[in-house]
Amino acid sequence: MTASTTLAFNGTKEQEQKLKDVIVQHKTQKGALMPVLQEAQEIYGYMPREVQIMVAEGMGVTLAEVYGIVTFYSQFHLQPKGKYKVHICIGTACYVKGAGKILEKFERELGIKDGECTSDGKFSVDGLRCVGACGLAPVLSVNEDVYGKVTEEQVAEILANYKD
Amino acid sequence: MIRSHIMLCSGTGCVASGCHSVSDAIEAEIKAVGLENEVKVVHTGCFGLCALGPIMIIYPEGSFYAEVKPEDCKEIVDEHLLKGRIVRRLLYHETVGDDDTITCLSKTGFYSKQLRVALRLCGVIDPEVIDEYIGFDGYQALGKVLTEMKQEEVIDLLKKSGLRGRGGAGFPTGLKWEFAAKAKGDQKYVCCNADEGDPGAFMDRSILEGDPHAVIEAMTIAGYAVGADQGYVYVRAEYPIAVKRLALAIEQAKEYGLLGKNIFDTGFDFDLEIRLGAGAFVCGEETALLTSIEGNRGEPRPRPPFPAVKGLFGCPTVLNNVETYANIPQIILKGPEWFSSMGTETSKGTKVFALGGNVTNIGLVEIPMGTTLREIVEDIGGGIPNGKKFKAAQTGGPSGGCIPEAHFDVPIDFENLSAIGSMMGSGGLIVMDEDSCMVDIAKFFLSFTVDESCGKCTPCRVGTKRLYELLDKITSGKGEMSDFDQLDKLCHHIITSSLCALGQTAPNPVLSTLTFFKDEYLAHIVDKKCPAGVCKDLLEYFIIEEKCVGCTICARACPVSCIDGKVKVPHVIDQSRCIKCGVCKEKCKFDAIIIQ
Repeated sequence: MTASTTLAFNGTKEQEQKLKDVIVQHKTQKGALMPVLQEAQEIYGYMPREVQIMVAEGMGVTLAEVYGIVTFYSQFHLQPKGKYKVHICIGTACYVKGAGKILEKFERELGIKDGECTSDGKFSVDGLRCVGACGLAPVLSVNEDVYGKVTEEQVAEILANYKD
Repeated sequence: MIRSHIMLCSGTGCVASGCHSVSDAIEAEIKAVGLENEVKVVHTGCFGLCALGPIMIIYPEGSFYAEVKPEDCKEIVDEHLLKGRIVRRLLYHETVGDDDTITCLSKTGFYSKQLRVALRLCGVIDPEVIDEYIGFDGYQALGKVLTEMKQEEVIDLLKKSGLRGRGGAGFPTGLKWEFAAKAKGDQKYVCCNADEGDPGAFMDRSILEGDPHAVIEAMTIAGYAVGADQGYVYVRAEYPIAVKRLALAIEQAKEYGLLGKNIFDTGFDFDLEIRLGAGAFVCGEETALLTSIEGNRGEPRPRPPFPAVKGLFGCPTVLNNVETYANIPQIILKGPEWFSSMGTETSKGTKVFALGGNVTNIGLVEIPMGTTLREIVEDIGGGIPNGKKFKAAQTGGPSGGCIPEAHFDVPIDFENLSAIGSMMGSGGLIVMDEDSCMVDIAKFFLSFTVDESCGKCTPCRVGTKRLYELLDKITSGKGEMSDFDQLDKLCHHIITSSLCALGQTAPNPVLSTLTFFKDEYLAHIVDKKCPAGVCKDLLEYFIIEEKCVGCTICARACPVSCIDGKVKVPHVIDQSRCIKCGVCKEKCKFDAIIIQ
């Protein structure tokens, strides 16, 4: 992910306390590492090394184990995502309806590749496996907003909705 | 007193098309005319016709309104609810006859051949209210099992019904339960696979969103039958609405004493926990799923031992998928004979398919096993839109194959689909028209498996990558005849030597397209052409001189400025610089740009 700038970790005390609470709450549960990591990403937005170390120490496992899990599952990311996260479904139903071209259009418009974030930290683009809304194919979402039956022409309009 | 019910679909599809704002609007309009004590809005699960969302059905008339917008709500309230006049312009067009008569929804092409068992209550009840499920015989099967049946009687009943797993492989459910029941161990588990990873399949999501209690009830029954007191539902994190409704349903079931300690006062305990997946397709494989619940990288383990003997945390475990569970309470209540009266010799009951792609009626359909693909695509699906020709139906996702029209009249069941090189899988059914390139589709699926291969075994990790590279070579115009042999050999090596089903089935999209669409491969390799006009490296964009008026729109739109020409003089594309993005063709108002 070349276009992403590696930001210095700037977690807050509150975030750290939240994570500690989560760890206490889950620690005795069987197979708790995954739920803890998921909540950690929820708190910090991504999984930088600093957070991985906190989880490893809190859960009493090695950093290697945490890193192994974080890099295995596509839900976890080591770099922060954009302020506006563009997720484009490239499941089969969307693909046969042209989702590949929509993704390319976003890549061209923003000058980044799938999985990357613009250098101003505003937009990130990720191709996503099926979101299960095949009736609206091709589907994409920008943060919480869902757009269905998207055409290539709409791409610029959609991006224009997120100016600030 | 309530005299009218508005059933408003609140599944993921309709939420994405804006049903929440329709809900707010209709509630406001109802209040505005003071009908709030006479009309009730019910937020239901999926009706199936996702492409027409937001959808609402108003009872008692049964009027099916499609693509409803917030601004339509005033008219619906004023006309339909106040004056009793159905708003015809909003009705699903299939329910309005040529002579303007209104037909019942169950008589429309989309619904008439369907038989809803697993989806029985989707679109019928409010999934967030447990009483509505109970009102439709919910938790009666659990009551019957706990108070009247022995453990082995439950298993025998399931075996007799002929129910087979709906997750892909079709293993007999009763037999699976019997193995787990007989396995020795003080602690046993019941798990539910809701990690619906096949792109294009969304039936499990819809069941969890529309009827979550059916799954909870069935898992509790499984717990009783095999002697487990703890269950886990492993569900995709990409399905937030399903997760929310399932969590709520578990909470309500606990409040009602239908989960937890001493259920129905019988001394039987059973508890459920939700575990979220984290975006790894391989976790749909049973051993990988269990490894993931344990909190590890979701890598599969060799079988045997099978999960029924040594599964979650090393204990005997029953693992079924959502749709399988959704059938079980009704099998208990209506009897195994009822269930086995539906379907074919080897595949009983119904199957839910997520019909998608280039077909008119996109959505969720449930049909008796033995229905033909032609019936699904043409009658239920309404055929191919935009006057295009049908090319293939893809079932089984990245593990399945592409079925050509020649096999359209094969009755669908587990065996028949395998025999034609595809598989049932979880039930995704993607229709492709003439604009889909079958080599490109094979490459699309391989790119998926390359991404999703967990890397534990070499044949899958390296083999799928090499397969992808061969397909990429062919689609970029560098294919040679010897590639056929390579593809074939590689496919068979991967199938025979991979550790889990992901690798063992990964070559299916390649093999099936090689079998049924070899001419397309030949066109790419020999003629260096992509007949469907998809594979970029094999395309050239040309401007037809006679049609071009020199309006300069294409030249201005071209992202790499490779189109030259003066105003009012025909333009020319510089092929060496063209990136084949297609923007020029899209922008041209005179159809002067063609692909060759």
